[in-house]
Amino acid sequence: MEEIRSLMGGFAVAMTWVNLALMLAGVSLGVLIGVLPGLGGANGVAILLPLTFSMAQSPGGATSAIILLSCIYWGALFGGAITSILFNIPGEPWSVATTFDGYPLAQKGRAGAALTAAFTSSFVGALVAVILITFISPIIAKFALRFGPPEFFSVYLLTFSAFVGMAKGSPFKTITAMMTGFALAAVGIDTVTGQLRLTFDIVELLAGFDFLIAVIGLFGIGEILLTIEEGLEFRGAKAKLNLRVVLDTWKELPRYWKTSIRSSAVGCMMGIVPGGATPASFMAYGLAKKMSRDGEEFGTGKVEGVVAPETAAHAAGTAALLPMLTLGVPGSPTAAVLLGGLLIWGLQPGPLLFVEKPDFVWGLIASMYLGNIVGLIVVLTCVPLFASILRVPFSIIAPVILVICAIGAYTVHNSIFDVWLMIVFGILGYIFKKLDYPMAPLVLALVLGDRAEDSFRQAMLGSQGDIRVFFSNPLVGTITGLALLLLFWPLLSKAIAIARGGNGR
Amino acid sequence: MDGKKPVATTRTAELVMAGIFLAFGALVMWDTRRLGASWGADGPQAGYFPFYIGLMIVVSAVVTIFRALNLGERGREAFVEWGQLRMVLQVMIPTIVYVALIRNPWFSIGIYAASAIFISFFMWHLGKYRWVRILPISLGVVVFFFLMFEIWFKVPLPKGPIETVFGFN
Repeated sequence: MEEIRSLMGGFAVAMTWVNLALMLAGVSLGVLIGVLPGLGGANGVAILLPLTFSMAQSPGGATSAIILLSCIYWGALFGGAITSILFNIPGEPWSVATTFDGYPLAQKGRAGAALTAAFTSSFVGALVAVILITFISPIIAKFALRFGPPEFFSVYLLTFSAFVGMAKGSPFKTITAMMTGFALAAVGIDTVTGQLRLTFDIVELLAGFDFLIAVIGLFGIGEILLTIEEGLEFRGAKAKLNLRVVLDTWKELPRYWKTSIRSSAVGCMMGIVPGGATPASFMAYGLAKKMSRDGEEFGTGKVEGVVAPETAAHAAGTAALLPMLTLGVPGSPTAAVLLGGLLIWGLQPGPLLFVEKPDFVWGLIASMYLGNIVGLIVVLTCVPLFASILRVPFSIIAPVILVICAIGAYTVHNSIFDVWLMIVFGILGYIFKKLDYPMAPLVLALVLGDRAEDSFRQAMLGSQGDIRVFFSNPLVGTITGLALLLLFWPLLSKAIAIARGGNGR
Repeated sequence: MDGKKPVATTRTAELVMAGIFLAFGALVMWDTRRLGASWGADGPQAGYFPFYIGLMIVVSAVVTIFRALNLGERGREAFVEWGQLRMVLQVMIPTIVYVALIRNPWFSIGIYAASAIFISFFMWHLGKYRWVRILPISLGVVVFFFLMFEIWFKVPLPKGPIETVFGFN
């Protein structure tokens, strides 16, 4: 039980007073970010990332910094449920399914039960995923140590094909968004030849585009613009959470153990695949509806209808860190921002991280256990406080969030040009949302662009330009094959439907 | 003016956006001509990867254009209504002025003073608050940010003449 020993070492790293205080601060900040419109996990972490630059320099500081940032992520995941249930506003795409039964429950006056169920099942989902990470990630990392450039490129290919294959909207829009991300990543000095690419003699473009700016603009400013368009006024249910409600709900929850297990499994599987949290939550909800005894009444306010999507979404959101840690391939925009953080602090995510920085990796994994416990306690005790923030009028909240975004964008490189860029990305984000272009592939491509290109070039260099290198051994062949299958999945599923139904309806 | 009237239909917006992507993809491809997009003496040239990226943007944009032309009923829906656009511009224009105020070649006032003006304007214009509410909130937020960034985290932000008077640079 090598993993258990490593994990215990991790707990020793994570369990200092400073780190516990950071967890508490991170989770509280995260819930706040998850509740506020225009601030979510991805851009919240992106804005706070520059504040950790100096923190990560001190010995052991990188672990503290990642604990702070990952706890913001857990907090934001919890916070999404609050707005979904009380205000019928999904804070994140994967909390959409939570509104189906959560909001009706709140309208019936059972907001407390809905919130308790949501938080508890989130916690369960996250816990299952963390256990998975604990035992699976060392194996994957060990396995991935043998990866060469072709294998890494095929993993990137798989990541990006998954976006196309699982896209809800047009796969071509997904490709457009993704390739735009790659093109933006190519801007600046080419790392191999030193040539300038796509800079067109503009000095500001020499350093290239920073994905943090894109994240803050796309998710932050874009979201604010969408919210203001609706002329939104928050009108929400009252939240009262006392110990009685919590205990009563906890007594009810074990009845849904089958749903919990099923949703956790769905979440873990989908979470490892990028962009998986949202489909996971819908899938878990659909499955629960089909298999539950009172599935007919789903949508009218059933606790089980909250348990299913929340468990899956959190299992997926947590499992998204598994490929980030072991392969250096993030599964979600927030995981991408965390990955960006590691790179900035001088850590190379990927299989070698487990060998070279075991303290860091296991400290982070241990903090996932602790952070989720801290998170559960914080949200259960402080819901009224967080809900009251949403009652602050939009004309105060909106400018403050815009100021926070501007400061966040400025601090990345101390450059005012970045703030302008953030506004451009904000307008782009607004249009993207309205026309159904997905933003996550763009962000991931922007983060991974250089690394994907490097591994592609090295692979091609090794094979002297022979594209068959991506099928040269069973391992790389399987991954590439899987990637191609996912890439053409929209076409295939249509073909299957036509073959089955005759007229393609 | 009727706030419900559409500024543009979804079809128009789809076409314009796909057109922009088409041009962008073409630009990416054009730039690789200069770099060389083929197999050089020592491996793939600098434009090799971007060339195909640009190509894929162009192809998928063309497909999106064709799809937009055949959108049918959904294409005639409003992309944005006048009333909505007005709301969006009411946020966008002050934000642009705000960023311009932070730093520009003529008269920069720094991020703190600009933020105070920005929040005040927002509360006064959109929230219709009175100055007794506006001033404490906007100044309080700004002072909090000042303490947080300049004092606690030691992250310097752009400052203007007011901060100089107090001895911060």
